[in-house]
Amino acid sequence: MSTIAMGHAGTEAAPAEKKGLWSWITTVDHKRIGILYGVTAFLFFLIGGLEALLIRWQLGAPDKTFLSPEAYNQLFTMHGTTMIFLGVMPLSAMFFNYFIPLQIGARDVAFPRLNAYSYWVFLFGGLVLNASFLFNAAPDMGWFAYANLTSKQFSPGLNVDFWIIGLQILGIASLAAAVNFFVTIINLRAPGMKMMRMPMFVWMSLITQVLLLLAFPIITVALVLLMLDRNFGTHFFVPSGGGDPVLWQHLFWLFGHPEVYILILPAFGVVSEILPVFSRKPLFGYAAMVFSGCFIAFLGFGVWSHHMFSTGMGPMADTVFSLGTMLIAIPTGVKIFNWIGTVWGGSIQYKTPMYFALGFVAMFIIGGLSGVMHASPPADLQQTDSYFIVAHFHYVLFGGSIFALTAGAYYWFPKMTGRMLSESLGKVHFWLMFLGFNLTFAPMHILGLNGMPRRVYTYSAGMGFEFWNAIETAGSLVLGFSFLVFIWNILRSLKAGEVAPADPWHGATLEWSIPSPPQEWNFAVEPTVDGRDPLWEERRAKGGTLPEPERVSGAGIHLPSPSYWPIVTAFGTAMTLVGFLMHVTLWVILAGLAITMLGIFSWAFEPADH
Amino acid sequence: MALRTPSLRRVARWVPALCVALAMLVLAGCSPDGYPQTTLAPKADFAELLDKVFRRSFQLATIVFFLVEGALVWALFRFRGKPGDAEPEQTHGNAMLEVVWTVIPAVILVFIAIPTIQTIFKTAEAPTDNPLVIEVTGHQWWWEFRYPEYNLVTAGDMHVPVGRTVDLRMTTGDVVHSFWTPQLAGKRDVFPKRDNRLWFRTETAGLYPGQCAEFCGTQHARMAFQVVAQEPAEFDAWRTGLAAVGAPADSGAPAPDSLVAQGQQLFAMKGCVGCHMVTAVGAPTMVGPNLAGIGSRTMIASGWLPNTDENLARWIMNPQAVKVGVLMPNLGLNDEEATALVAYLRSLRVAPAPAAVATTAAGN
Repeated sequence: MSTIAMGHAGTEAAPAEKKGLWSWITTVDHKRIGILYGVTAFLFFLIGGLEALLIRWQLGAPDKTFLSPEAYNQLFTMHGTTMIFLGVMPLSAMFFNYFIPLQIGARDVAFPRLNAYSYWVFLFGGLVLNASFLFNAAPDMGWFAYANLTSKQFSPGLNVDFWIIGLQILGIASLAAAVNFFVTIINLRAPGMKMMRMPMFVWMSLITQVLLLLAFPIITVALVLLMLDRNFGTHFFVPSGGGDPVLWQHLFWLFGHPEVYILILPAFGVVSEILPVFSRKPLFGYAAMVFSGCFIAFLGFGVWSHHMFSTGMGPMADTVFSLGTMLIAIPTGVKIFNWIGTVWGGSIQYKTPMYFALGFVAMFIIGGLSGVMHASPPADLQQTDSYFIVAHFHYVLFGGSIFALTAGAYYWFPKMTGRMLSESLGKVHFWLMFLGFNLTFAPMHILGLNGMPRRVYTYSAGMGFEFWNAIETAGSLVLGFSFLVFIWNILRSLKAGEVAPADPWHGATLEWSIPSPPQEWNFAVEPTVDGRDPLWEERRAKGGTLPEPERVSGAGIHLPSPSYWPIVTAFGTAMTLVGFLMHVTLWVILAGLAITMLGIFSWAFEPADH
Repeated sequence: MALRTPSLRRVARWVPALCVALAMLVLAGCSPDGYPQTTLAPKADFAELLDKVFRRSFQLATIVFFLVEGALVWALFRFRGKPGDAEPEQTHGNAMLEVVWTVIPAVILVFIAIPTIQTIFKTAEAPTDNPLVIEVTGHQWWWEFRYPEYNLVTAGDMHVPVGRTVDLRMTTGDVVHSFWTPQLAGKRDVFPKRDNRLWFRTETAGLYPGQCAEFCGTQHARMAFQVVAQEPAEFDAWRTGLAAVGAPADSGAPAPDSLVAQGQQLFAMKGCVGCHMVTAVGAPTMVGPNLAGIGSRTMIASGWLPNTDENLARWIMNPQAVKVGVLMPNLGLNDEEATALVAYLRSLRVAPAPAAVATTAAGN
């Protein structure tokens, strides 16, 4: 890596350090927005986890009355919705925000204010969704909201409306962010960083943005149709008016299956960063990793009906969707073998991020294999809607996504905060999480194959489900406790953690070439890239060690000005949609639109510096 | 594998024992004994076809699991870095190896795909061997079974003869449900205004529990049913018995002042009759399940509450306390009225109760 001087050397004063609540509300700095995403998503994640613990407590013994059926149905619906839309997706967004610009050598994302807007819309969407609890009207029809249970006739309350509006708001946040990151990756890469030199995390992020851009419009349309059915008397999904509940299933899974890859591809990226660094050798089969990711995403749009084998689509559709699904196992297998190939022959450094990354690989293999099993419709006719599926997707989304995102948190925490996390607490966290996770979810395979259906608030004594359910509930407590260790580790380090150098792990990518935490402008001089592992190449060229980068004054560096218009516009957007929630309240909708318009115009005509 | 630290070596000594213990625990857990709703002990042709495919994919997945996890774990010990290690060889990939591990999974998948496709088409065929047609209708939250061949309708317990294929024509009266009797067949969702099909033939008489597998609202968890598979003679006795319940030709009206007669009166006075029929022959679908034969059914409140007098009384006195959300209102019955109604409902029985049913009811 060599460096060239950045743009206009200047006479401008050094940017003042920004502090206080107002600076967070008006920030357009991708790093601060990343932290906002991370903190918010982690809080929602804890809420989702608490919901899971309540669910597990209810199921700990047969015929329990700890939760009413209504409360249970709200909790399992909100657990799924929260973990997907308010937990895993925005936790990935934290890493997109913070590390895409750093890894491609950019000053910020392409549209910094749009980035702030995305975050605020996401926050308002999450608040609207959770506000449903205050009205005792939390969504209670499952995160998949199958028609025609969602029709006004069978769900007269506001529960479904909260879900529709919450998801519409969150969809706007996701789409705006996806446009932003897509343009950022395509346009703002440092000189020399060709597509095939991008870090694997950036590659997987890019693919994720494409999936978001293509998948979210589908759910948006489906939600609009559902809203029309409920509030405007249409019959898209209502059979008495000639509508078809199966149409909803097709639309939902046409979005829902790519959504699975939206949740897991960033995790693939994170792990593909960590395994090479802690094996001290490059990612095995870089090109195969890129193309398998593209292939998975492409196939992901053609397999949605494997969620619907029990609907009776006919043998031809079953066959096609089954074979398509099995095909996905091939690129997924390539990824797993390449990860093993990366650590193979390496010199494995057993640091906490590596524990979690390896835990990811080990657990994801299990989720992948059970996935192949129900790719076969005959097997799936027994497994679908049973606890076997619950086991499967928790091995993919918890054993996969959450383990990988936790790995990412340990890996990048020093860069984000300038403090090291405790290694010993980190390892305690890992072993508790690993144990708790497997105790909670492994027995679900057994229960599912032995006939325990999903989404049941209880089960009768004598069905044989008692023992493993009790074990699972015990496991969930261990799992919950492991996150307390994590929180303790974070708080402890923020207060008195060891100060992190710029490059605590001997990283390969550009974010490790700048101080921890990075200064607001990221790179004082624009980096130039000559290869896939720029820092390793530079270190080799310079005989093994690199000097600690100095913090510079930043004088002359132009940065986008803070702005409160993104939050105003986001508020207007959310308000408009909430107007549709409250039995279509016209003045709320109009006021929301007015605020949105005001925000957009003021944003557009805001002077660059003020 | 080189384990350096003594503590690790101490732990390693326990690994084989732990693995064996864990494997035994898991195997014990996987044994279908003690799981009346298991998918692993099929008792009908349809479920056996599914089970064969499952077993094939499970065996292959198990082999792959041990090979891949084994390689991973071995690498984790073998390539453990030591302080002062030289930089390992900087390999970037291996084209040959990458082709091999793309092709091998593809080959394994072929071995799953072939039986999969065969079974998909086999299970999609309509039965042609003079099957017994049963029309299944899901309701929030109970199952209705109609036998066009005998012009009978019942609910909760689906009686089938062994040795004859049962051809299910399935739909729903309200929202989407899914019909699932794991030991006999896979799931099939039921949709409004659609006729979904499923079939099976069992050779083993017995009680097979099943339940709704698609989330359908508040009481999805309590939408169970039993399939009662009987020898043909017993099945014929059941259906003729059911046809006779409540019919005028039945052994005559109850004695005027008996508890049963009081119950019968209450059944009309309290409005039960508005939602429930007590005869099975040609009965229309009502808001509530058909009650002909309720006296000898295995379960009440949709297949999960054992059909004892106490449970029946509890159920009719305060349905919302037993199963919140059900359509059945609280009729404000006092103890005496409940006792009379229970006596009446108990009299709506198919005699003699099938052996299997009698055992279960007693067992509960």
